[in-house]
Amino acid sequence: MLELPKAQPTELIYDLGAPGRTGVQMPAPDVPLADLPSGLVRDNLPLPELSELEALRHLTRLSQLNHSILTGFYPLGSCTMKYNPIVNEEAARLGGFIHAHPLQPAEMMQGSLAIMYHLQEWLKEIGGFAAVSLQPAAGAQGELAGVLMIKAYHASRGQSQRNKVLIPDSAHGTNPATSAMSGYRVVEIPSDARGNLDLEALKAECDDTLAAFMLTNPNTLGLFEEGVQEAIEAVHAAGGLVYGDGANMNALLGIARPGDLGIDVLHYNLHKTFTTPHGGGGPGSGPVGVAAHLADFLPGPIVGIEEEGSEEMGPVYGWHQPPKSIGRLKAFHGQFGMHVRAFTYILMQGAEGLRSVAEHAVLNANYLRVKLQGAYKVPYDRVCMHEVVLEGRWADAPDVHALDIAKRLMDFGFHPPTNYFPLIVREALMIEPTETESKEVLDAFIEAMLTIAKEAHSTPEVLQQAPHTTKYGRMDEVKAARQLVLCCEIPREVSSEQ
Amino acid sequence: MTFVPHTERDRQQMLEAIGVKTIADLFEAVPQKFRFPKLNLPAPLTEMEALGELKGIAEANESADDLVSFLGAGAYHHYIPAGVDSILRRGEYYTAYTPYQPEISQGTLQAIFEYQSLIVALTGMEVSNASHYDGATALAEAVNMSHAIHRGARNKIILSPGIHPQYRAVVHTYEDGGDLQLIGEDLDLSAGPDALIELIDEHTALVCVAYPDFFGRVYDYTKLAEAAHAKGALLAVSVNPTALGLLKPPGEMGADIVTGEGQPLGIPLSFGGPYLGILTTRNQYVRQIAGRLVGETVDSRGQRGFVLTLSTREQHIKREKASSNICTNQGLMMLAATTYMSLLGKSGLRQVAESCYHKAHYAATEIAKLKGFGLKFKDAFFHEFVVECPIPAAELNLRLLELGIVGGYALGAEYPGMQNCMLLTVTELNSKEEIDYLVETLAEVAHA
Repeated sequence: MLELPKAQPTELIYDLGAPGRTGVQMPAPDVPLADLPSGLVRDNLPLPELSELEALRHLTRLSQLNHSILTGFYPLGSCTMKYNPIVNEEAARLGGFIHAHPLQPAEMMQGSLAIMYHLQEWLKEIGGFAAVSLQPAAGAQGELAGVLMIKAYHASRGQSQRNKVLIPDSAHGTNPATSAMSGYRVVEIPSDARGNLDLEALKAECDDTLAAFMLTNPNTLGLFEEGVQEAIEAVHAAGGLVYGDGANMNALLGIARPGDLGIDVLHYNLHKTFTTPHGGGGPGSGPVGVAAHLADFLPGPIVGIEEEGSEEMGPVYGWHQPPKSIGRLKAFHGQFGMHVRAFTYILMQGAEGLRSVAEHAVLNANYLRVKLQGAYKVPYDRVCMHEVVLEGRWADAPDVHALDIAKRLMDFGFHPPTNYFPLIVREALMIEPTETESKEVLDAFIEAMLTIAKEAHSTPEVLQQAPHTTKYGRMDEVKAARQLVLCCEIPREVSSEQ
Repeated sequence: MTFVPHTERDRQQMLEAIGVKTIADLFEAVPQKFRFPKLNLPAPLTEMEALGELKGIAEANESADDLVSFLGAGAYHHYIPAGVDSILRRGEYYTAYTPYQPEISQGTLQAIFEYQSLIVALTGMEVSNASHYDGATALAEAVNMSHAIHRGARNKIILSPGIHPQYRAVVHTYEDGGDLQLIGEDLDLSAGPDALIELIDEHTALVCVAYPDFFGRVYDYTKLAEAAHAKGALLAVSVNPTALGLLKPPGEMGADIVTGEGQPLGIPLSFGGPYLGILTTRNQYVRQIAGRLVGETVDSRGQRGFVLTLSTREQHIKREKASSNICTNQGLMMLAATTYMSLLGKSGLRQVAESCYHKAHYAATEIAKLKGFGLKFKDAFFHEFVVECPIPAAELNLRLLELGIVGGYALGAEYPGMQNCMLLTVTELNSKEEIDYLVETLAEVAHA
């Protein structure tokens, strides 16, 4: 058995520093001191005590344990891990934006409102919608906004008996979770042999209890729903509305507008499609776009034009609360810093640039599909959109699983694809290359995947014990859940005053 | 500016491998009449042009940095040590995603584990999640949690009128139309926590208060916690973490859930977002908490490591039975707060909190001496206080602005009876000179 290198032990923040050290010195107050409130002053603030260098070295060293887009290929399906332009970071940190207080009057904040107004307008144009709100904090909150709007819409028409939401079995888990949070009953719609949703099953549920159908298109198999128009017509004919999950919008930029297809409300993921960074798991940003009949229900406030501009002067922007708004989804105005980044990105792309994004995302995914087909089973074998789903299993290598393939990919310097999702594909490997990866990177990834497919048959233990070259091996997840340790041991010293 | 690296030769080779002639052939599944719409967007710009345009737009803001500001009300100007942004700028952090693959995500995972630890230390609680969207949504999740903890058997939620009005609005968005009843918001603003005690009964799932409250006031909630527990209800406290650098943490008062807005911990104002939701609880309720949790474990080589854990609560496993639909947290903002707390540490955060406290008290004392001005409440406060002015606060703010001062939040917009009231905020960034200038200017413009 190979002797595996052990990583340098990584200290915890509470193991570092020493009493009396600090990483920041603050000026002493330049005013007379007031009495502290009696009985309300804490005895002990058990935070660590580090020098500036200790703290920054610790966090820098930790960063080096991460795989990231800037350090390597990250084909995590459904997450659109494309390059995040550095200029976005510069733009969001401009003094006028970063020091802007959210409660300053609109007249003082015309720059911020202009960014939000144009982003609303551009998202309307890109998605084919009548109105957009930038409030939702992330995709899941955009979904919540959408479902709450649908609920309010039905209630406003005296149709509160509509209590059912239809969700394909390939959908993201957020879809059923959001519907349940909003008080709806979830009915799952199966997929057919071509990877489309089963239209007959859908139609059988289209009755006067139908509130909404939640559609992800392209679906999570990376396939464009071939029956999309028929499905939407059936839902509308029954008086239901169609919610679009915009997680896969990267495939549709300049290709098709969800609003044109008849989708009533859709959330965008600025952190997927529009290059705002994923940040190690957020902040996301999940604006919602709606057709005209839902515009009055949007979460607010949104930005409108108060006074039209003239040749010399731009328009005056102001806040506007839609008349039947479902209300506020978060404090203030949404993830504004992310709005600036998405604005900057769209400004650099224009219409042709966005179409090129979708085209090359789809080109890259199809290239992977044809090159990996054969060595891997492609369960739904047709032209895909921005991602391709493979099976990570072979009848003649029964002890190898998708997880093993995922872990082995790390040895080649790649982040694994999403695995075990969508749930309807056994041992799924969901690969989304994105448009910002070159053919050379894809070729290297293909070579690694083909090597792994061979190893699965010749030396399966190499996969089962992977990764080998990373600083850390597989983690014991069962131990983590059974013997919960969710924070460092925190010194609870007794105050000297007691 | 394109970020697509493909050359014409790459495209040809790839199309050939796929077996189609043109890229357009890949889109035949899209209904023809909707295929390739013409988008009406501005012509694309280069990076140089785009940044130039953005600079122009940013300059159209009169941001608080160019002026003297006493505006807070849920978003605070604080000094952010340079080290914080140097960490946020590391591509290894900001271009990674949720750490699903722990072998190559230990940086983010350990940072979250340390964030959870620092927040536990600061709040005096036992468990923190990996962060939430913001202070308002964290409070809404606390309401959902309390409903789940009582298995839906209790349907009354008491919301103190001292909670930020926008936070209460978000709770309404999340809960209206559901089976929870939200009460308490119409209580007299001067009544304090004792008035809430009278509302607690055996149907109460949760009592929600803020610390400091929206008006800056601080109370010891120990009695309130006892009263809630006596009736089987829970107590949630929404905090400003800066205040906890100085004040007794709600964990010591008996709170069951502590939420809060983490923006003051090293996150810029940025016109209201992205910010950071704090969500913590007691060990016994860990299975009802929303959002990601990171736990310690060991790897196959015996090394200590960290993983996302208890994911059986979450939407990607439980789907419609999940404890919340939340997916992403506020990863990068969590990192900002972790860096900020690591740099400031025990003494630094206390210094910031004390500086805010003393400066705010100096300002309040001086303003209260002015003719026609007075403090609205007598209670102890942290770094915000309500001033009753001789003229409407909105009007006063316009006059202050002409002299380069962003005044406090005019309360009349949310509280019809408080047209003349202004919520002023003072932090360590406000010098004595600025405070004196505010006091002089108030005296001058109020009677102009």
